[in-house]
Amino acid sequence: MSFVSYLVNGISLGSIYALIALGYTMVYGIAKMLNFAHGDIIMVGGYAAFITMATTWCPLWLAMVITVAVCTVLGVVIEKVAYRPLRSAPPLAVLITAIGVSYLLQNIALLTQTANPKTFTSIAAGAPPFMQVFDGKGVVFFRENPYKADGIKPVLTISMETFLAIVVSVAIMVLLTLFINKTKAGKAMRACSEDRGAAELMGINVNGTISLTFAIGSALAAVAAVLMCSAYPQITPYTGSMPGIKAFVAAVFGGIGSIPGAMIGGVLLGVIELLSKAYISSQLSDAVVFFVLIIVLVVRPTGIMGKKINEKV
Amino acid sequence: MKKTTKNNLITFAGTVILCVTFGILNQAGILNSMTSGLLEPIGIYVIMAISLNLVVGVLGELSLGHAGFMCIGAFSSATVSQILVNMGTVPTWLAFTVAIIVGAIFAAILGILIGIPVMRLRGDYLAIVTLGFGEILKSLFNNIYITSDKNGLHFGFTKPPENIDAETKVELLRGAKGTSAPELTNFWVVAAVLIVCLFILLMFIDSKSGRACQAVRDNYIAAQSVGINVTKFRLMAFTLSAAIAGVAGALYAHSISNMLPKKFDYNLSILILVYVVLGGLGSLRGSIIATIILYAIPEVLRIVNQNIIQYRMLIYAIILIFLMLWKNAPFFIHMREKIAASGFVQNIKNKFRKKDKTSGGAEA
Repeated sequence: MSFVSYLVNGISLGSIYALIALGYTMVYGIAKMLNFAHGDIIMVGGYAAFITMATTWCPLWLAMVITVAVCTVLGVVIEKVAYRPLRSAPPLAVLITAIGVSYLLQNIALLTQTANPKTFTSIAAGAPPFMQVFDGKGVVFFRENPYKADGIKPVLTISMETFLAIVVSVAIMVLLTLFINKTKAGKAMRACSEDRGAAELMGINVNGTISLTFAIGSALAAVAAVLMCSAYPQITPYTGSMPGIKAFVAAVFGGIGSIPGAMIGGVLLGVIELLSKAYISSQLSDAVVFFVLIIVLVVRPTGIMGKKINEKV
Repeated sequence: MKKTTKNNLITFAGTVILCVTFGILNQAGILNSMTSGLLEPIGIYVIMAISLNLVVGVLGELSLGHAGFMCIGAFSSATVSQILVNMGTVPTWLAFTVAIIVGAIFAAILGILIGIPVMRLRGDYLAIVTLGFGEILKSLFNNIYITSDKNGLHFGFTKPPENIDAETKVELLRGAKGTSAPELTNFWVVAAVLIVCLFILLMFIDSKSGRACQAVRDNYIAAQSVGINVTKFRLMAFTLSAAIAGVAGALYAHSISNMLPKKFDYNLSILILVYVVLGGLGSLRGSIIATIILYAIPEVLRIVNQNIIQYRMLIYAIILIFLMLWKNAPFFIHMREKIAASGFVQNIKNKFRKKDKTSGGAEA
């Protein structure tokens, strides 16, 4: 049963990674750049949610809306100020700028919010666990332990946060897939990632499409921030950087530029991380994650779902 | 004299003069304790910065795991020097020399091992894989325990080794609690090592291999098509850079009383990258100057105002972004051209030009 519990928690963590990885993979597909600051947008989202939820006048739904809005605006502004002028610059310059933006966000957070970790109130605080399995007594959904008086403990508990992370992520992924495949804006995004120059000649507003991509990626990061801070309730200015990097690993794992790849890669990486935490060593789980990345890049650099791109002169 | 040779000579001579001057001032006790305390770390960071510049500036690839090479150099040399010093028969200077060489060799071996998979990649992928390697190394050293007693060495992974003779027990590596190598580093050693490293790098960059690396940086496919063995030269430069970072790690390990693995994290790699980028990619002289200034300024400002130190990384980040935009953004390129074409700048330029001509005429 403990294996099932690790597996479910891994899928839950993995679906959060998948949400973040979607932002990476979409931006990489269209702007051909690694947005190092994506992880720090998660951190900003975490603080935005924390601050709005701490106020008395703000209901939960409004706090969520504000969080998503803050991250979306931030993502678009970063793109406009820092990345857009470098569209034709060498990749090294873009990468260094992205690292600079990431550091800027971290240090602004460090100065305004201090390095002390803040305890995040879960969005599912007070809610009963999603599912409890009892030995020989069956399964209980959405209820507190009914056998508590008899002193019986559940053999498997899946918390509300875990459940929410999976459900919300799956819903968002379905919507995003529909958006990319069915709408005109989605078609423009696919066209831009295929061939930016040709898309521009066809009358597609490339700058607008790239802004839209950053907006969507950052909004997903905001959702991921709320889900992640609910499951692991602590925020510091460095909260975003590790999940951000791991989500990038997930995006590479699944094949960068591929949206289904990011989802599969994210979930697989979450499961790998939690299982290695459980069965290898909790301190070495990060090392295992990066080891996976190295193996993937050596064996199959294009990832699970990626296409091979030949460089032309 | 060729222009590059002249430039290299200026860089080299400048560094030697700087090292000797500060060494003598330090020896004579003229410097206050704070300034002399800054000399060793600055020297070590300069070595790190010039070695990273080889990868970022000359090879044109972003390595975000440079702290990892420093880490392995530091811990391997600390282990060796502790073993040698505990034996009691080896003089300390010899132990220290051996330790530095061991640090360089371990880092170089690791550089080759990492370089083989990494050098198949380019750009963003390479950056993220080197970052991953740095993190892996850090978490490995967080979990490695080495203890020595009369029966020899005992290794432990994730937990300290057991069944150790309590009387002769010496803990060499203590996992996350770090290691305490003897403090053998002084400024003369750092300066000497720095000068040797600088010499090697200057020689390498202008050698045939170094020029091949620059060709690969400027145009990968063109370099390949004129018959340059791209992987070989990239691996060579990467390994040299790793070895020098290992030397810096060895010096660092012997300059502080207790060294923790968590010191060698992503942030350290980024800090050194900031020095390299602000000094100018590909310019060793720039890296040296930028490291000295950027390391010294916050420490000096610390005396003026304790609070100012916390704005350091914020300012670095802004400078980093601005510098990249200044060099590459169409808006700034346009602005620079405008300034260069303006009457004021042209006037100054003309004045200098006239001077050049007259002096040239006089010589002829």
